[in-house]
Amino acid sequence: MDNFVTFFSFQDPNIRYVVFGSVLLASSAAIVGTFIFLKKKALVGDAVAHSVLPGICVAFLIAETKNPFILVLGAFVSGWISLVLLDYIVAKSKIKEDTAIGLILSVFFGLGILMLTIIQHSGMAGQSGLDSFLFGKAAALVGNDLVVFSSISILIMAVVFILFKELRLIAFDTNFAVAIGFPVRSIELVLTTLTVLAVVVGIQAVGVVLMAAMLITPAAAARFWTDKLPVMLLLAAIFGAISGVFGAYISYVAPAMPTGPWIVMVISFIAISSFFFAPTKGIVIKSLLQRRFRMKILEENILKIFFRIGEENKDFKKHIQAKELQKYKHFSEGDLKRGLRRLRRQGFIEKTGSLYQQTIAGNNKGKRVVKLHRLWEVYLMQYLRIAPDHVHEDAESIEHIITPEIEKELEEKLNFPQHDPHQSQIPYQ
Amino acid sequence: MIRQVNDPVLELHDLTVTYNKKPVLWGVDLSLPKGALVGIMGPNGAGKSTLIKAAMGLVPLSSGFVKIFDQELDAVRKKISYVPQRESVDWDFPASVMDVVLMGRYGKVGMFKGLRKADREIAHDCLKKVSMENFAQRQISQLSGGQQQRVFLARALAQEADLYFMDEPFAGVDAATERAIITLLKEMSAQGKTVIVVHHDLQSATRYFDWAVLLNLRLVASGPAEEVITTPLLQETYGGKLTLLSEVGNLMQKEQYPTREN
Repeated sequence: MDNFVTFFSFQDPNIRYVVFGSVLLASSAAIVGTFIFLKKKALVGDAVAHSVLPGICVAFLIAETKNPFILVLGAFVSGWISLVLLDYIVAKSKIKEDTAIGLILSVFFGLGILMLTIIQHSGMAGQSGLDSFLFGKAAALVGNDLVVFSSISILIMAVVFILFKELRLIAFDTNFAVAIGFPVRSIELVLTTLTVLAVVVGIQAVGVVLMAAMLITPAAAARFWTDKLPVMLLLAAIFGAISGVFGAYISYVAPAMPTGPWIVMVISFIAISSFFFAPTKGIVIKSLLQRRFRMKILEENILKIFFRIGEENKDFKKHIQAKELQKYKHFSEGDLKRGLRRLRRQGFIEKTGSLYQQTIAGNNKGKRVVKLHRLWEVYLMQYLRIAPDHVHEDAESIEHIITPEIEKELEEKLNFPQHDPHQSQIPYQ
Repeated sequence: MIRQVNDPVLELHDLTVTYNKKPVLWGVDLSLPKGALVGIMGPNGAGKSTLIKAAMGLVPLSSGFVKIFDQELDAVRKKISYVPQRESVDWDFPASVMDVVLMGRYGKVGMFKGLRKADREIAHDCLKKVSMENFAQRQISQLSGGQQQRVFLARALAQEADLYFMDEPFAGVDAATERAIITLLKEMSAQGKTVIVVHHDLQSATRYFDWAVLLNLRLVASGPAEEVITTPLLQETYGGKLTLLSEVGNLMQKEQYPTREN
C-alpha cells in the first residue's frame, strides 16, 4: 500500500520518467495498431515484433554497448527485413500469407534466441539486462533510453496525425486510393515503418514476445465502444496508456518481475470487459435485450390466450385456472409462473385465490396481439400466396414485432378485413 | 462488329492483362465516344472488371497502353472517378456515410491537407442526389445493399469527374435503387459526362445504354447498343469460351510463359 501511494503520488522523478515513457510508447503502439487492426494485419504485427530480436543482438555484438540508439537501429533493420521477406515470399511463391507469417516469425525469433544465448554465455561486458527485451522491463526507461524512445513515440503520433486522412482511406478502400492517384505504396511504406518503430520502442516495456498484444488489443477493445475512427484512436491510446502505467507500477514494486506479461494482462482485462460490458455491442447488453424480448413474447402469448378463452366463452371477465392456458399453447411450468407473476405486477391480470382474470388493459393488449396475428395471416395469404394451413406458424412470431406504424399500414393495405383465413373474427378496437 | 471512334474519351490499345501469367484479356483495341453511357457485358469471368481496372491502372498491363482524354492516365486522374464493387470493402469499418462520401473529395484536396467547408457542402449535395441526405451520420454497417451502392455513387459524384468507371453498380440492389441510379447516370451522360458501367443483365441493356461493349476474354463487339445487342453477337459472346484460347492461356500459366517476347 505504501508502494502504491509513493508510486501514484509521482514524487520520485524516476517514477515520473518511467510513467511518462510507458504511457507514450504504449499509446503510440495502440494508435499505429489501430490501423493494422483495421487492415486486418494483426498477425503481421506479431511477426515484426518477434523479428526485431536478432537485430538487437547483432547491434549489441557489433557495437558492444547497450546504447539505446544503436539497439533501436538494429531492431529497426531486422524488423524491416522481416517484412520485406514476408512480402517477397507471398508475391513470389505459392506460400500463403498465414504460412509465410509463421515462417518469418519462427525463423527470426529462433535466430534471436540463439544469438541471445550465445551473448549471455560469452561473458561480454555489459550484456546483463539484454534479456529484458524478451519480456520487457519498464523500469529501465530512464536517462538516454527515455529520451530516444519518447522521441520516437512522439514522432509516430505526429506522423499518424498528419497522415490521418490518407491512412483512413487505404485502410478502408485501397483501390480507390490508387484510383484517385494517391501514392498508396509510399503510404503503406510509411505505415509499415511506423509499425516497426512502434514495436522497436514498445519492446523496452513489453518485450518482443508479447508486443503484438500492445498493437492489436487496445484497438480491438476500442472497437466495441465506438463507430467513429477518431474516437477509436483516442480510446485505443487511453487503454494502451492505462496498461502502460500499470506496467510501470509493477516494475517499481517488483523489480525482478518482467513487465510485459503484466501490461498484457491489464490490456486483455480491458478488452474482455469491453467484450462483455460495452454499450450496444457488449455481450451483456445483447443478452439483456434478448431476455427482454423473450419476456415480451411470453407475456403477449399468455394475454393472447386469455383473450381467446374470453372470445370462446363470450365472457372476457371469466376466471381461469393457470392450467387451462396450457390447453391452448404449451408453456414450461417455470415460464408460465414467471409470465403470470410479471403480468400481475404490471396490472394486466388479477388473481383471486388460485383463479386468474384479465384486466381491461390486459384485454386490450391481448386483443391487439390476436388482431396482428390474424391480420398477418391475411397478408401472407393475399400477398405471398401462402396456403391458409401454413400461415399460422409465421404469424406466431411476427405478431410480437409489428410496430404501431406497420400495424396501421397493414390495416389500410388489407382494408380492415373482417375474418382471418380460418374464419376467426379479427377484433378491432 | 468493333467500331472505333474519332477523338475518343478512352482508348485501349492492344491491351493484354494476365493474372499469374494467364491472360484474362487478349489484345483489346477499344475506343469509346465522349458523353456515352456505356455498358460492358459478358459472361462470368469474361474480364469485365479487369478491363476497367486495367483502364484505371489498378492491375498491371502485360502489353498495350491506355489513353484517357488523349493523355496518360496519371495526368488526368482528377477527371476520372471509380466506383468499385460494393463487396470490395469491409462495411464494418468505423465510418459514417458522410466520411465515405468525403473520401470522394480527397483527390481534389490532395495529400496532407484537411477537408474544407466547401467539400462538406459538395458531399452533402451528392448525398441529396442519391436521396441519402438523411443518412449522413449513419454508421455504414447499418446500410442495406442498395444504400451502400448509393453511398458509393455519391462518393463518385463528389469527385466531380468527367469520366466514370462503375463496377457492377446494379448488383444486388433493390428495384427502386436501380431506377434511381440509372436516372442519375442518364442525367450525367446528358451533361456530357462519359459513364462506363460493368453490367450483368442483358434484358435492360438496350434501355439503359447507348453504347455497348461485349467481352469474353477478348473484345467481341463495341458500338451503338441497338447494333451490338443482336442475337449473333450475343451468341458469339455467351456461347461458350473459345476452347483453343483457354487452352493456350492455361498452358502459359503452367509454363509461366511471358505474354510478349521481351
